[in-house]
Amino acid sequence: MLADLLNNLINDTVGKGFPFFAAEITLSVTIVAMLFAKMLKADRIAPTFLIALAGAGIACWFSFAQFSDVFNEGSRVTVFFGGMLRQDLLSVYFRIFLTLFLILTIALTILTGVPDNEDGQDFYTLLFSATIGMMMMASANNLLMVFLSVEMASVPSYVMVGFLKGRKESSEAALKFVVYGAGAAGVMLYGMSLLAGLLGTTDLTTLGTALASADSGGFASAEIRTIAFGILLVFIGLAFKLSLVPFHFWCPDAFEGASAEVAGFLSVASKAGAFALLLRFVIGLSDSVNGSELMTAFGLGLGIVAAVTATVGNLTAYTQTNLKRLLAYSTIAHAGYLLMAVSAVVVMLNASNTTVAWKDIHYGIGAILYYLAVYLFMNLAAFAIVAFVRNQTFDESIDSMKGLYRAHPMLAIAMSLCLVSLIGIPPLGGFLAKLTVFGAVYQACSVHWLMYVVLGAGGLNTVFSLFYYVRILKAMFMQERSENAPKIHIQALDVSYAVILSAMVIVLGVWPSIVQNIMAIANEAGASSLLIGQ
Amino acid sequence: MSDVLLLSLIIFLPSIGALLIAMLVDGKSVQTLRWLNLGFSTATFALTVWLGLQYDSEAGGIQFASKSEWIPAWNIFYRLGVDGISLPLVVLTGLISVLAAIASWSITKQHKGYFILFLALQSGMQGVFLSLDFFLFFVFWEVMLLPMYFLIGIWGGPKREYAAIKFFIYTLFGGVLMLIAMLMLYFHSGATTDSFNLIELGKAAAGTSSTLSSTLSPTLQVWAFAILLIGFAIKLPVVPLHTWLPDAHVEAPTPISMILAGVLLKLGGYGILRVAMPLCPYGAAECAYVMVAVGVVSILYGAFAALAQTDFKRLVAYSSVSHMGYVLIGLGVWKIGEATGQTVRPDLWLMGINGAIFQMVAHGISSAGMFFMVGVLYDRVHHRDLNQFGGLMGRMPTYSGLAVVLFFAGLGLPGLCGFVGEAFVLLSTWNFDGPLAVAAAFGVILTAGYILWAIQRVYLGPEYLGPDKDLLSPVNGREKFVAVILVVVAIGLGIYPRIVFDVMQGSTTDLVQLMQAGYQHTSSLLPTINLPQN
Repeated sequence: MLADLLNNLINDTVGKGFPFFAAEITLSVTIVAMLFAKMLKADRIAPTFLIALAGAGIACWFSFAQFSDVFNEGSRVTVFFGGMLRQDLLSVYFRIFLTLFLILTIALTILTGVPDNEDGQDFYTLLFSATIGMMMMASANNLLMVFLSVEMASVPSYVMVGFLKGRKESSEAALKFVVYGAGAAGVMLYGMSLLAGLLGTTDLTTLGTALASADSGGFASAEIRTIAFGILLVFIGLAFKLSLVPFHFWCPDAFEGASAEVAGFLSVASKAGAFALLLRFVIGLSDSVNGSELMTAFGLGLGIVAAVTATVGNLTAYTQTNLKRLLAYSTIAHAGYLLMAVSAVVVMLNASNTTVAWKDIHYGIGAILYYLAVYLFMNLAAFAIVAFVRNQTFDESIDSMKGLYRAHPMLAIAMSLCLVSLIGIPPLGGFLAKLTVFGAVYQACSVHWLMYVVLGAGGLNTVFSLFYYVRILKAMFMQERSENAPKIHIQALDVSYAVILSAMVIVLGVWPSIVQNIMAIANEAGASSLLIGQ
Repeated sequence: MSDVLLLSLIIFLPSIGALLIAMLVDGKSVQTLRWLNLGFSTATFALTVWLGLQYDSEAGGIQFASKSEWIPAWNIFYRLGVDGISLPLVVLTGLISVLAAIASWSITKQHKGYFILFLALQSGMQGVFLSLDFFLFFVFWEVMLLPMYFLIGIWGGPKREYAAIKFFIYTLFGGVLMLIAMLMLYFHSGATTDSFNLIELGKAAAGTSSTLSSTLSPTLQVWAFAILLIGFAIKLPVVPLHTWLPDAHVEAPTPISMILAGVLLKLGGYGILRVAMPLCPYGAAECAYVMVAVGVVSILYGAFAALAQTDFKRLVAYSSVSHMGYVLIGLGVWKIGEATGQTVRPDLWLMGINGAIFQMVAHGISSAGMFFMVGVLYDRVHHRDLNQFGGLMGRMPTYSGLAVVLFFAGLGLPGLCGFVGEAFVLLSTWNFDGPLAVAAAFGVILTAGYILWAIQRVYLGPEYLGPDKDLLSPVNGREKFVAVILVVVAIGLGIYPRIVFDVMQGSTTDLVQLMQAGYQHTSSLLPTINLPQN
């Protein structure tokens, strides 16, 4: 009996768990290797960043290998580690996304020299463990795992924000981040305990059925109201990670205090992980067969939060003078656009009438994934250019960008491509991404009229966002550098890094086969995330 | 040359030129840049003329049609084609671009960037006129935004940055509206391979499409038309959405003012003709009165505003607002008998549409000419105050003679191009609504008022009143060349307007028939259709 159990456990772990978890294990091994290298003073021979780069590369390779397995077998879904994690195309998509982003971030840190070789192993250890947490967020299949992965991603992030030792702003930002984060985590844990207690399960895939049977009484029963409260509390925890209004106050401060490299990492990877987790959570709770009134209301609520988030983010960004703060508010606004698509997915998934085609929901999730793919390049490139310029001018205000076109035309063009793509102007990737998101929201309009309001807010926000992105364009192209300002001399390697990233923004907007394939994969991943695993 | 190659060359030849300049030419060799720019613009113009000669106006309809896949996941195709409506505007764009390229000799700074953007702008304009895919149309539409923003913002007058951002925001807002309408049409036509096909979408509205079976409901058609109309009316521009125009036109450098007035305003009219009207015929019929009324208001408001100006360039800018009102009226004079539900005198509506298109072409010539003439003066004495001119007839006789002809063309003197369009539009308005026709006709008198008064203050009178009297040198050969070409075309179109009418007659007749069928088809849906419920 016990032997059978053990055998099963071992088979499950070794046969299924390890291959699926290969990328995460690789990153963990790399952390240990980096620390050992430091201890044995091997980092004199092989700099830490090389080990880090190699580890991230192998992890990325593993993820790609998983991709062809999962994709070829047609949206297979498997749960492993005793149902704690789940392997489907969505988790693999995020694994590739995050490892690729990790490689790009390491490359950026090598170029900008933050951190120096002394601190390298500390920094990369934090970076890697945060990434592992985010990868687990994307494959979480259990409420316990939800909490664990959020914390695993958050704690290293707190430290990374405060990594610039001896800088007051940095420590202040980290402290703010920790206090907010701890509060949000506590609230989220409380919500989870309510859900687990009332629904009698922590498995995300069975939450929906449990909710459906509890939902039958309607809003009148105390039980359903408590469940709704629990869902709300968990959402607050996630909203903190996503920096949704009104839980966004930490974001600009943290970004301003952190180095641009860390801010770029947080603004892309952390958002991506949190969106994956939010998708897992809402899909788990949804009842796609009969429709759920509670979840429809929740989806509409998400839409309102999204509209408010995008509006507040865009309007507040206008008054910023610090580039990292400005980009922080831009991150908030983009989280708003993405949440619009999530809300559309929830509303469509829980529609009681069958007017919504199953395919449209796949497209909705695919829209989020495609948006994130474009967002990776445009946002990272923007933060990278801020970091490059900062290394020369020791200034991160918009004024530091003045006259960049004269000094480095290519860099200025790369930056403007990113900004224009962030606005969402064709033919760049940001536009295509925005189109898919708006398309998903429009599809949800047939379920509830409130989604028209969300769509309108999304459109208006595109116009609002123009104001502040253009301020950077103006500084780069139309304003002259003052006489006594430090000169900008940026290495050719740095410039080519930014140019390659921004070229990807064009590619993701126009290159037929690449756009087509990524969209198809994103939609397929959306489809696989809706299946129930064995 | 194959069809797709010819049309693609017209669109992308300027872009190829821009790339060549960007990569190969040194920014300091100004003369090379100027001639290269002129060369590429002329080659494009030659191609458009060749296209015009090959177009079979007897046969009418869409010719040179081609399609190839772009992003199949969203059914986006690279569809090109030309018909009698777009052809005159394509040739006009080619001509104005060449003339503006010659006028660009007056640009004094950052030549390389200027010419790159100038050529990129041309690609965008030709692309809008030649694309038959809604998505492609939108992409080209937005592609023009950024070059224009920089062209005004860097090379413009004292208030250039304000004018540039204002232009950008207004147009982007129009673009966002178009995007929402695009999503409506796409999803309501079933999201199939033809759902971005402008021709099939038009047929679907008339119920004659072989590939699209569904279309917008009558209510949604009115919404979609209103959204599209506002989007295009911003570009046209129409009072009260016109306030970007005086700023942008006045601050832009002369060649860019010529392109703005000569081509960019026509994009608004073309968009209504190509997209808004055929795709939502029921909406167009419902909104017809609004279109005509707003057009009349534009004519009168623009004319009164022009009367009040003391800045010469601002006067010409407001005259554009006034003149584009005729375009909106001509398109909108679609009278449907209350009792019969049939179009009353479709031949008069056809006349209005023909007049509107002719007015667009004629205004392209006359307003570009007027802006150029103002620019010639400004290059010499660096002010544009109407009250400080006078006596130019004596000092610069050749210039004044040519200028007066162009201003008379703007006035609408019989025998010059401005007369034909206005006459056609006014005649057709009488059938639509008597009082509005009277009010619109009153605009003709106001136009005569401000133009004659301007001629009197600038060219007549005993002597020049302003500063820098000695700088009033006679026009040079380059300036004379531009002006003579414009004068010849203005007279040619005035005497022999058939050259334009013959080309478009077939296509506009088809359009009128399609729209009537569309109205009948959509109204037949009215009693049975269920209005969207919440």
